[in-house]
Amino acid sequence: MSVGVKHAEVSALFGFAERQLYVYKRYWVWEVVWLFYSIVSVLSIGFLASGLATLGAAGGSFDVRKAQLYLLIGALLWGYLSLVFMEAAYAIAWERWEGTIEYTFMAPVRRITHLMGICLFAIGYGLARTFIVLLVAIAIFNIDFSHANLAGALLVLGASIVPLIGLAILTSVLPLLSPQKGEQMSFAFQGFMLLISGVYYPLTVLPLPLQLAGEVSPLTYALSGMRRSLLEGAGVRDQLPTVAILLLMGAVLIPVGILVFSWAERRAKRLGLLKRSG
Amino acid sequence: MTTRAIEMHGVRKAFRRRERESGAPWWRRDWKDKVALHELDLAVDAGGVTGILGPNGSGKSTLIRILGTLLTPDAGRALVFGWDVVTEALEVRRHVNRVSVEAAFFKELSPWENMVYAARLYGNRSSGTRRRVVEILELLGLPLDVIDQPMKQLSRGQQQKVAIARSFLTAPSLLLMDEPTTGLDPRSKKEVQTVLETLRAEREITVLLCTHDLDEAAALCDRVLMMDGGSVLADGTPAELCLRYEASTLEDVFMHLTGKTLEAEELEEVAP
Repeated sequence: MSVGVKHAEVSALFGFAERQLYVYKRYWVWEVVWLFYSIVSVLSIGFLASGLATLGAAGGSFDVRKAQLYLLIGALLWGYLSLVFMEAAYAIAWERWEGTIEYTFMAPVRRITHLMGICLFAIGYGLARTFIVLLVAIAIFNIDFSHANLAGALLVLGASIVPLIGLAILTSVLPLLSPQKGEQMSFAFQGFMLLISGVYYPLTVLPLPLQLAGEVSPLTYALSGMRRSLLEGAGVRDQLPTVAILLLMGAVLIPVGILVFSWAERRAKRLGLLKRSG
Repeated sequence: MTTRAIEMHGVRKAFRRRERESGAPWWRRDWKDKVALHELDLAVDAGGVTGILGPNGSGKSTLIRILGTLLTPDAGRALVFGWDVVTEALEVRRHVNRVSVEAAFFKELSPWENMVYAARLYGNRSSGTRRRVVEILELLGLPLDVIDQPMKQLSRGQQQKVAIARSFLTAPSLLLMDEPTTGLDPRSKKEVQTVLETLRAEREITVLLCTHDLDEAAALCDRVLMMDGGSVLADGTPAELCLRYEASTLEDVFMHLTGKTLEAEELEEVAP
């Protein structure tokens, strides 16, 4: 790749992120609504844990504060991961909706640059939104992070982005395969990830087939790693195996995602699916 | 030696659709092929405006999409400035831009934001972009107070001018224009046509203009291809075609060749 081409690809990478920023600025009311929804969702989960105590769950070995923290970490992380995931996954569905898909696909940009540009913005935006929700949750539930190892948690959070991008690219293929049903299939896939990834419960409560599916979900490792650092104080050294698993999964998922996307793009061009919106 | 902007050899494209025969039960639908382009051979030299004339469903948009790397041919080979549209798509895209009948914009974003996005995609974003955008919009006669308004607040004519301005910004060598004046009011149509005339006179660019407006084709095109049913029926300058078929207008030529008028053709577009 020549210097000129590299410059053009970097320019396009930031172009996609910048475009998303412009779009979010125009749709800022929607974003306020979504932020409110995120806060309400996380608070509901926190109060669910509080409610367990009044339902008689407290006592014995059950630690309500720990359960509350466990659920809140799950809710916050799921909010972040699902936002990044769906932003990238919706890249195609959304361009189809705006009517710009053909323009974007005609641009002299490699598909990996296109998809990474979308992910770049989604990661930044997801972190900012989750930080606001976290501040509200800390204020309301007096969350105690005195035992947490933030360096370990941040390391896992950073590593989790890599396989997440791969998963998101794989999901963004769905609207390319089926203009009519792809968007709904993305939702279904997201729901399945929520079920199997141990967001609100340990994998051990699941039936064996779902446990096995959970074992290959990168989100499972991201969540359990974050919980170990935030609840049990696991440090950077303790988290290295989790980080290695996440990076390995990303090293497989991103190239596979790009390959599958390229195949789906060729298929869409062969069948004439790019223009069809319904 | 003349450079070839476009070369097509035996390009064919058909689309598969599931259709129910009249009277067949609701659950029985069979796959059917609809041919959008029959084996097409075409050579267009660099420079000038080549018009593709034909009714809806004649294969014009399919041809444009193949050249824009948005569709792959079922058979044959298409080259743009010597690059294959399938195997060297990225190279082709660096030299091509398209203005389509639907202005493909983020409607909530302003012309400026849409054009910055285009400049970024084509690697042209620099500190002078705003100045260039203003220059181009002035050239197109667009009031500059619309530059920061959301696209959805602009008239169709203004949106189409922004689409043309956006294509200028990326400096393409081949501009594919797919019915750029369809649906515009007479004044906007005239303004867009004036821009095309300026473009033809001032810029070293090859334009492929799809239209079913015969007057537009006669006024703007150096060469005209008449298409119907996925095949080219006639090829030549407007004057040559009129002379060849002893007709006074391109409309008469089209009637002579097909037995129908373009205005009467409101068939469903075959190509997606």
